[in-house]
Amino acid sequence: MSTQQGRPLPDPIKMVTIPSRLDYTITPGEAPTRFLRGILEGRILAERCPKCGKVYMPPRGSCATCAIPTKEQVELSAKGTVTTFCVVNLPFYGQAVEIPYVCASVVLDGADLPFFCLLAECPVEEVRPGMRVEAVWCEPSERKPSLENIRYMKPTGEPDATYESFKEHL
Amino acid sequence: MGQDKLKHYEGVLSAVHTLEYPYTRSVGRVIGTFLAGLREGRILGIRGAGGSVLVPPSEYDPVTTESLTEMLDVGDTGVVTTWSWVEAPRAKHPLQKPFAWALVKLDGATTSLLHAVDAGDEKRMKTGMRVRVRWRAERKGGISDIECFEPAEAKS
Repeated sequence: MSTQQGRPLPDPIKMVTIPSRLDYTITPGEAPTRFLRGILEGRILAERCPKCGKVYMPPRGSCATCAIPTKEQVELSAKGTVTTFCVVNLPFYGQAVEIPYVCASVVLDGADLPFFCLLAECPVEEVRPGMRVEAVWCEPSERKPSLENIRYMKPTGEPDATYESFKEHL
Repeated sequence: MGQDKLKHYEGVLSAVHTLEYPYTRSVGRVIGTFLAGLREGRILGIRGAGGSVLVPPSEYDPVTTESLTEMLDVGDTGVVTTWSWVEAPRAKHPLQKPFAWALVKLDGATTSLLHAVDAGDEKRMKTGMRVRVRWRAERKGGISDIECFEPAEAKS
């Protein structure tokens, strides 16, 4: 190619890096703030719906089913049951954990919603639904108001939970 | 948000969160040449069907869909065809003072290019006004090699 005017065209640029970046200010709201302040102290403060009794962890401040505020706080232990999981084998930009690793849905004892977390201190091929796990917390000096204070869940070594006990939470 | 409302939310946490995807992509021959031209301080268009000149250039004619190849230089002055004033620029905007987003039809082009116009004052902005490219001193081969456009009368 050349221009009609006869001036030679420059060699084309082949690749461009264009970061797509969004800067947010996140304000979690009152119920998640109560929850995150608890997390700073290493406590898990869920909230119970006064009507249906469902326990939200993390709390949203209202019950998704009954549409009423959940004011009652319930402190949960940091033990729970794996409901589902996936093994991550693919590396990607920004990955914080060495592959292969396990992301799991864990429902804490007494909670009615599973939450998403890392699972470690366990060979990936041994992870299974029903596995009993417990939280490994950051050192108190490293804690932030974030669920990342739970560095990961690890097996407790207890016998597996029965499918019946967590099938409602899949 | 009123002051009462703010008071109500006192004590609620908030945090800065940045989401970034570092896309690297190939731009193709036509856009690649356009970008390389910007690095040289040239604006290149492409000859479309019926003698039109598309700036920025595209690989295919938008009407006939025929493949386009003939690139040509267009002027670094042009006419504002439409514009919108930005009174309070955001951090990522090309200028950190009030400016206009404008469609600029460069001399020799049939289509318009979207860019910023540094007119200083909204009252100076007019559809049909003549503008000139203000090149960045250090150019890297991107659309921001054009720092912005400025009223053409200013320097002529």
